[in-house]
Amino acid sequence: MQAFEMLGFSLVELLINALMVIVGWLPESLAAPFQYAFMQRALLTSILVGAICGMLSCFVVLKRWSLLGDAISHAVLPGVAIAYLLGWPFFVGAFITGALTSLGIGAIERHTRIKSDAAMGLMFTAAFALGIVIISKIASNTHLMHILFGNVLGVQPSALLLTLFSGVLAVVVVALAYRPLLLYTFDPQQAQALGFNTGLIHYGLILLLTLTIVASLETVGIILVVAMLITPGATAHLLTDRFAVMLGLSVGVGVLSAVIGLSLSVTFDVASGGTIVLVATTLFLLALLLSPSHGLIARQWRRQRYKHG
Amino acid sequence: MISEPDSSAVDIQGVYAAYDGQPVLMDINLRLKAHQWTAIIGPNGAGKSTLFHLLIGSMKPLRGSIQVFGGSLSEHRRAGTIAYMAQREAIEWDFPISVKEAVMTARYGLMRQDTVWRRLLPPRWSDRAHHQAVEEALEAVNMSDLARRPIGALSGGQKKRVLLARALAQNAKVLLLDEPLAGVDPVSERLILKVLAQQRSAGRTILMVTHDLVGTRQHADHVVLINRGVVDQGIPEQMLSEHMLARMAVATPLDLAEEWQ
Repeated sequence: MQAFEMLGFSLVELLINALMVIVGWLPESLAAPFQYAFMQRALLTSILVGAICGMLSCFVVLKRWSLLGDAISHAVLPGVAIAYLLGWPFFVGAFITGALTSLGIGAIERHTRIKSDAAMGLMFTAAFALGIVIISKIASNTHLMHILFGNVLGVQPSALLLTLFSGVLAVVVVALAYRPLLLYTFDPQQAQALGFNTGLIHYGLILLLTLTIVASLETVGIILVVAMLITPGATAHLLTDRFAVMLGLSVGVGVLSAVIGLSLSVTFDVASGGTIVLVATTLFLLALLLSPSHGLIARQWRRQRYKHG
Repeated sequence: MISEPDSSAVDIQGVYAAYDGQPVLMDINLRLKAHQWTAIIGPNGAGKSTLFHLLIGSMKPLRGSIQVFGGSLSEHRRAGTIAYMAQREAIEWDFPISVKEAVMTARYGLMRQDTVWRRLLPPRWSDRAHHQAVEEALEAVNMSDLARRPIGALSGGQKKRVLLARALAQNAKVLLLDEPLAGVDPVSERLILKVLAQQRSAGRTILMVTHDLVGTRQHADHVVLINRGVVDQGIPEQMLSEHMLARMAVATPLDLAEEWQ
């Protein structure tokens, strides 16, 4: 365990040094804030979170799981509160309540006549309410604000290590199970017919989603993480008709939003989580207008061309 | 592999199935011979698609057993013996995937038998045999020219042909086709029937849900009339008479729930 942690920290060190080399090429005014260690950690965390969320958001968008992502992210709150109460690391509690809620949603869907959107709305608001009640008793409002909206400038090395670990795990899982995941997202019935274990794929994907949300807690917070799980994937979906390209573009949009958002938030001294999400939304709007295949302008132009010739 | 000409491909014995506690199929007993073209005909809600859901394992029977070539269903699903063509409506056509890649997904089951390093590569660099099967399947349904097109940009008839190509690309012994001719233009319809006739002569077993009585009369070897249970089965000339079809339409057992207990 000790050796594992050591390895993790030296990997973090290495990544930060590599990042600083790139930052070194930037103009002085942009690079200046990154001389502080907390800014370096914030930058690396943001990049990692942007990348993992970007990758997972392809599945969320194509599988129509946006509401499920929202549900899991809210359901993480009571876990954080309970972990705080018991003195556990926050991510353990967060992961447990997030996973329990997603399983509970599945159970209600399967065994009652309640439809899935109602099942999700019901479960996640209940979990969120429980979290709010516990926190109101035990912690200050600043704490609550940090959990809800993120506090990337205050990211501790241990949290950064968790984010790195989640990122590596997510990438390895998606790489090893690329074909089953693609097939299950595209056509679950075909996956079933070919003898793939669709239950395992389904719950594996949900657990991966939960892990991603927990890892993003400190960067964008639980309210806004769902934006990072939808917007990059939606943007990429407008730009390409190939799944592998969509994955890459989506990761790119996630990372770009995180980096630009963080820089802007430091420059203008505004909330970083919100700024990151706004940058992602801006990229989405640009794609919506300018995408050569599915953009509004290209579509209008093609329509005109058909009309006049 | 050579099997006896009249050995059974699919053997369904005493199968019952239900959705949310509502009985859909009752006491189904069917022996489908290998190398035959069997058409399943029945009114809407008769449980035809349910029968297919049982065969691809997305539903489990409440009672009874299903065997394929004398072995278990799951074993044959994993071995790629059974190819399934869903109804067009069951698929997300906005998915960012090209025609060729979509057909290639039929090979994903068989790719589990490839060497480990092959399996780690993206599908595009998979074994030559997979590409060849996909290209042949696209050629058979006359879609080679559109192989690189995104699936969302196809017409209704073309979508059906892609789904058929995907079923063919698996080189499976048994083809399960859920209404392959519904909502298809006449040109595509003729093409699909031609391809299926070729598959039939190549020794494949075809099981097809359809409302197309003309095509069935022409091509099918065997017809099964279904309405919650098997009403009757036999050669097309006998099964497709006015009398038999009328019998099938009213065949729903009046008090299913009672017998269900």
